Amino acid sequence: MLKKRIIPVQLLLASGRLVKTLRFDSWRDVGDPVASSRVYNAQLADELVFLNIDRERRTIDVLLPLLERVSEVCFMPLALGGGIRSARDAEVLIRHGADKVIVNSEVYRTPEIVSEIARTFGNQAVIVSIDARWDEASLSYVVSSNCGRTTEPISLRKHVARAVELGAGEIFINSIDRDGTMTGYDGALIREVVAAAGTVPVIACGGAGTYEHMRDAFVETGVNALACGSLFNFGDNNPIRAKAFLSNHGLSFKVV
Amino acid sequence: MTDTLIGVIDMDMGNLRSVLNAVHSLGFDHKVVRAEADIDGLSHLILPGVGNYRTAMQHLEAQKLIEPIRAFARTKRPVLGICLGMQLLSFTGDEGGTGAGVSLIEGHVERFDPMRVPTIPHVGWNEVRLTRKHPVLTKVKSGVDFYFVHSYHFRVDDPKDALGLVEYGGGEHSDYVAIVARDNVLGFQFHPEKSQNNGLKLLENFCDWDGAC
Repeated sequence: MLKKRIIPVQLLLASGRLVKTLRFDSWRDVGDPVASSRVYNAQLADELVFLNIDRERRTIDVLLPLLERVSEVCFMPLALGGGIRSARDAEVLIRHGADKVIVNSEVYRTPEIVSEIARTFGNQAVIVSIDARWDEASLSYVVSSNCGRTTEPISLRKHVARAVELGAGEIFINSIDRDGTMTGYDGALIREVVAAAGTVPVIACGGAGTYEHMRDAFVETGVNALACGSLFNFGDNNPIRAKAFLSNHGLSFKVV
Repeated sequence: MTDTLIGVIDMDMGNLRSVLNAVHSLGFDHKVVRAEADIDGLSHLILPGVGNYRTAMQHLEAQKLIEPIRAFARTKRPVLGICLGMQLLSFTGDEGGTGAGVSLIEGHVERFDPMRVPTIPHVGWNEVRLTRKHPVLTKVKSGVDFYFVHSYHFRVDDPKDALGLVEYGGGEHSDYVAIVARDNVLGFQFHPEKSQNNGLKLLENFCDWDGAC
């Protein structure tokens, strides 16, 4: 049986420091990415996600030096994104040790980037990340690019369906509303994405503050993987403890 | 037996670095293989993963490596395919248009049937059931998890070539080949270099193996 996954998310600035955001804003320094990755490796995290969220440096240059050092000490899947603008960027990251690349803003501008990466490296190598927030005016979720700053004129459901059609191997859904709040995942948002993604696996991010939040999201939405930042950054929590708790609720994780 | 020197084929695509890092961290000498001349003096050969079957075969063809890989295998030195690398050991594959593989283990590589599995690709940690003993499986237990990412699977002609199975999708006929093995040729559908302790143990066992069963 395929296991549920828990994925620590590490947000990077061009300075090479890790930060944690609150609703995509108010950056707080949370340390050195190589040191923290080594710890997550020891704590048997299932994968690691690195996102360059530096608003000035939207290029993969921020990710490359880090990737080189992390892939020497972490023998688990590494997914990176933030600033990928072409299939060529994706190729450079994969050659430097990335297992998967995460594309977001470019998918709105040049949707073919997804199929291009999928054609060369396989569907599994491309994750389409989507930043969404609830919009009271339209009573629906809206999606946005450029680190949440530009609202895109396409519905969440259509954007997910298009990503799947283009060959996305996984969908990574971020809740802007819940980011850094530690108040629980946005179950309704995740359910909508899981339904639209069909057979494509979904990773949900944004809102984890307790292991109960993770249990609720896994049990109530059928999501394949949960990503979290604050939960592991602030407080005495780690993937081993999370799994020990979740295993008591009928959820299966890898046996090591 | 000559000194251990692990060759890792660079197909000009895919994640060569992770495999090299893992082999390096285990303390083995290694070398990147880009042409036939690089194969001289190797004790072990690894074909790494990530990519498209047809594109990978085209690369191997352009590098004139297909026949040298087969010749290396005939010398009974250990050969390992990882993920796509394992699939390339087959005789034929469908991805990117049906065509021939490196042809070391009889079988065909085909896409998962979307009616039989919950998601494609099969991505994440899944248990591997070992079907028999093998020197490379020393100190690795049946039923532990390894990291998979693939949309295609290797259907072996001879079930004896399936050294490990992975269940995906439930119900009847939901076992897929996770490890292929025949004589000195071995393949992992999962990524040992991404599967933490158990994966590294398998890689270490492979690098210590003399190719005999």
